[in-house]
Amino acid sequence: MANPNKAKAERGFMRWVDDRFPATQMWQEHLSEYYAPKNFNFWYFFGSLALLVLVNQILTGVWLTMSFNPSAEGAFASVEYIMRDVEYGWLIRYMHSTGASAFFLVVYLHMFRGLLYGSYKAPRELVWIFGMAIYLALMAEAFMGYLLPWGQMSYWGAQVIISLFSAIPSIGPDLAQWVRGDYLISGITLNRFFALHVVALPIVILALVVLHIIALHEVGSNNPDGIDIKAKKDETGKPLDGIPFHPYYTVKDIVGVAVFLFVFCAVIFYFPEGGGYFLEKPNFEPANPLKTPDHIAPVWYFTPFYAILRAITFSLFGLDAKFLGVIFMGAAIAVLFVLPWLDRSPVRSMRYKGWISKVMLVLFAISFVILGVLGVLPPTGARTLLAQICTVIYFAFFVLMPIYTRLEKTKPVPERVTG
Amino acid sequence: MADNGVNKGRRRFLVGATSVVGAVGAVGVAVPFVASWQPSARARAAGAPVQADISKLEPGQRMTVEWRGRPVWVINRTPEMIERTEALTDEVLADPDSAKPMQPDYAGGSLRSIRPEIGVLVGICTHLGCSPLFKPEPNAEGVGVDDWPGGFFCPCHGSRFDLAGRVFRNVPAPVNLEVPPYYFVNESVIVVGEDGEGA
Repeated sequence: MANPNKAKAERGFMRWVDDRFPATQMWQEHLSEYYAPKNFNFWYFFGSLALLVLVNQILTGVWLTMSFNPSAEGAFASVEYIMRDVEYGWLIRYMHSTGASAFFLVVYLHMFRGLLYGSYKAPRELVWIFGMAIYLALMAEAFMGYLLPWGQMSYWGAQVIISLFSAIPSIGPDLAQWVRGDYLISGITLNRFFALHVVALPIVILALVVLHIIALHEVGSNNPDGIDIKAKKDETGKPLDGIPFHPYYTVKDIVGVAVFLFVFCAVIFYFPEGGGYFLEKPNFEPANPLKTPDHIAPVWYFTPFYAILRAITFSLFGLDAKFLGVIFMGAAIAVLFVLPWLDRSPVRSMRYKGWISKVMLVLFAISFVILGVLGVLPPTGARTLLAQICTVIYFAFFVLMPIYTRLEKTKPVPERVTG
Repeated sequence: MADNGVNKGRRRFLVGATSVVGAVGAVGVAVPFVASWQPSARARAAGAPVQADISKLEPGQRMTVEWRGRPVWVINRTPEMIERTEALTDEVLADPDSAKPMQPDYAGGSLRSIRPEIGVLVGICTHLGCSPLFKPEPNAEGVGVDDWPGGFFCPCHGSRFDLAGRVFRNVPAPVNLEVPPYYFVNESVIVVGEDGEGA
């Protein structure tokens, strides 16, 4: 049944379309009459940038698929073929590999924005959970994509991660074998990861992005003051502190896109391997199941969690260190899903929270970065101790949150956004 | 709105019954998709046992054979190596008597082998699947400890094992290196991947 109150064009072609598909209605709901708070700052660039990088990954990924050969015999050579013989293949491949790192960079900044301004708090719990699901799917996507070039680090990185499954008591080894489809990582594993990387996970990620945005537009965007702009409306029912997303924020975001592309292109053209952090050096050698590289480190965006995994060198409650490490690594990600229910503060934004919240967020961010650095370095006694300290801080931020957000004294929240 | 003669009880029953049958069907359809991820017949065939000639393996040396794509080390331990290995106790080792099931029954004890001098180990660290380095000489460089009795050192996360594949304490690896099923065909030929007759 067509809704008679739907916005429709007066006449012409768009009227013809609107009678059959709610194009004008959707344009208004999501862009020209989606009212976003007028006080968005620097931290609000990264959502739209994540969307831009997603488009980049899909476009370059489709083109790479045209020349890539997903077999153990041909994968490494076909990547070299793309790099040397395919017209502009080097550019498309570097756009894709640099895009993966850029994706995580903007997503981490986007998530930090959420922590900073309480964007996960009611009524935006589902926005946050859909976002976390995107992050999880993105990690799977990146992990499987990294196996495809079939270099040494592709192979041994995957070996380390898949063997995490085998740490699960009793079903572990069979589960790891089921994931690999072989007694070791082989062309069979490569082929299925290719299918998941190219078909299954992109569909999941796109669907989740749609859900993330629908949920956001249902409740409206948060803002640096963490106050509800819908509470103060003018006589026509428009939020006094809101401005239409289009043209105001589309134009603002284009500035962000321009700056981002400057940096992105500089990396693609001048540092495409990111000093061995975006494309690791052992990956320029074909995969060899009988030769382990001297030092195996995941790509930088996984290293904080990898450092947590390695920090667990002791047994507890009858669980051995290996399984416990896997549990802690999983918990480090899982705890983010329940964040909306851990924060008991009456205010959303860090601007009005007490000093304990501020200190905890700073400590959390520092420990996350330190863990990221430790994750790429070989372990030593002192580094393991530092990783253990940072792991404690990481979890303390979440586990103690219900206590410190309730006890601390918050500042009064203004009626209107402060610009 | 009135019922218009609708039998709501029957409708609920039909909706419930259809849902249950549909769910059973969905589980049934999932079976081939899940089972399809198991190793294929070709992969299983490629995982068959392998033979190796150890007649040219000198004392103190190690050779590597490939079984199921994994490195399997065969080491020929010298009497000094055996002595140093057997001298290690549970002060430094996590599982000196091979209590945890990481080896066939016929390869237990402190040396974890059928013949004391010939050790057979899967060369994959039990922590996260890297292949440890062979550091047989006492006090070797780069193993992160003084007082090194000779053994294997994993460069990934610093796990250490002795020359019988027993894991040291306070390293990430939780258990000893795996001993694969193996048997001797004669003095100089070993089969890896299968238990011998009467084992």
